[in-house]
Amino acid sequence: MSRLLVLFSFVLLFAAGKSIAEPATPTGALGVVIERATGSVLIVDRMQHKAIDRIEGLGDLSHASVNFSPDERFAYVFGRDGGLTKIDLLERRIAKRIIQGGNSIGGAISDDGALVAVSNYEPGGIRVFDADTLDMVADIPARSKTVGLVELPARRFAWAQWDSGDAFMADLSSAEPVVTRLGATGANPYDAVLSGDGRHFVVGLFGEKGLTLFDMWEEAPAPVRFLSDYGKEGEDMPVYKMPHLQGWAVTEGQFALPAVGLHEVLWVNRDTLDETARTKTHGQPIFVLSQPASPYAWVNFAMPHNDTLQVIDSRSHEVVETLKPGAAVLHMEFSPRGHEVWVSSRDDNRIIIYDTHRREVKAEIPAQSPSGIFFTARAHRTGL
Amino acid sequence: MPDPRALLAALVLATGAGAAEIAVSEDEAAWLEHLVIQDCGSCHGLTFRGGLGSPLTPGALAHHDGPETLAHIILDGIPDTAMPPWRALLSEEQALWIARYLMDPDTRDKE
Repeated sequence: MSRLLVLFSFVLLFAAGKSIAEPATPTGALGVVIERATGSVLIVDRMQHKAIDRIEGLGDLSHASVNFSPDERFAYVFGRDGGLTKIDLLERRIAKRIIQGGNSIGGAISDDGALVAVSNYEPGGIRVFDADTLDMVADIPARSKTVGLVELPARRFAWAQWDSGDAFMADLSSAEPVVTRLGATGANPYDAVLSGDGRHFVVGLFGEKGLTLFDMWEEAPAPVRFLSDYGKEGEDMPVYKMPHLQGWAVTEGQFALPAVGLHEVLWVNRDTLDETARTKTHGQPIFVLSQPASPYAWVNFAMPHNDTLQVIDSRSHEVVETLKPGAAVLHMEFSPRGHEVWVSSRDDNRIIIYDTHRREVKAEIPAQSPSGIFFTARAHRTGL
Repeated sequence: MPDPRALLAALVLATGAGAAEIAVSEDEAAWLEHLVIQDCGSCHGLTFRGGLGSPLTPGALAHHDGPETLAHIILDGIPDTAMPPWRALLSEEQALWIARYLMDPDTRDKE
């Protein structure tokens, strides 16, 4: 009888599995780092300053990006080769992986976490998937490469189209998606971003000077061009890497935006859309990101200036710091309250963690050709 | 006095001889391969199957007359597109090495 009891308790223990053997890991301090050349990602713990696991088998991860489920359990990784991989951060494994398209460029997750949308180059268009099963729920083809996919409140998404030079919105709040053309953006939009208040959908242009803004609080948003003559007085420099519009700096009513073909950051009055200032920078800006809870914006650059970061004060528009984190700095990610910024140095194979207030290196983590760094706090940000 | 490297490149261009190995050192070749995969790959895809930029697989490049034509595109870019001129960062020999690397199916894994 006692032998039976022992056997029974063993069975119970095994059935309960990991949850008894190991304490559960909270995911609020976790992040995912893309290792672009090896098709793997690191799961990092930003409080411990270390990588806690590596997940492999994610395909071509050039220009990969990540979104998170609202409970911060799942990471959705969008790969260049059309792969959409759902990673379980608790169990540290691939929960599901599909090849949804031939060539994709990024994604977004609906405000309720129910839908994941992917932006595709080939075949061009947007595809929307059930976040739980990754079954496709909507296919919105376009005769163009789609860029700048953002999430809008109430199960909506917006994006721009590189070849056709226009912008669209899809409403997936009812059974049939309702697709609306927002209007012409100008030639070759390269990226877009939504302001944190969900109001301004701003599209950057490569094919001509300027940007186009849509007020998404309006019933029928219409395109408004701005900065349409910046840099026209001089010759453009080659753009060795396409800038990104993401997590822009909004301080004292300003947008900070990367100029295209100029080594400058452009400052724009958010109400009037007039240029208020320009900051000469070390190179062609790629990301211009605001350090949370501060007046500062951090900027990285296209090659051959991609070993450098600069910090700009949004009040004076002056560069206040120039840092050299390492070779081929591709991305920066701030801790949600801004006390740290994590920087990926692709060619030095490491992530460098800065104290943003002292602007000093606090820690480093080895990684294989790291590019994008994504913390789970993104789960709660509008537009992503 | 003209740069001897430029002369050599001109010779290679003129004769079309397979002399790319001579014009580019081993270290340089390793750097160039890294640049092609990582930096060209940002637009053209790490496996060269295209992105914002067009595919650069040997098949996709077969319509070019030869690596010399492609080397010119690398150096001078394509006006009114996102393809920038790389002349400020690459020598003619280096551009030719890249063109050969991309067009020759034997130089890399085709998957």
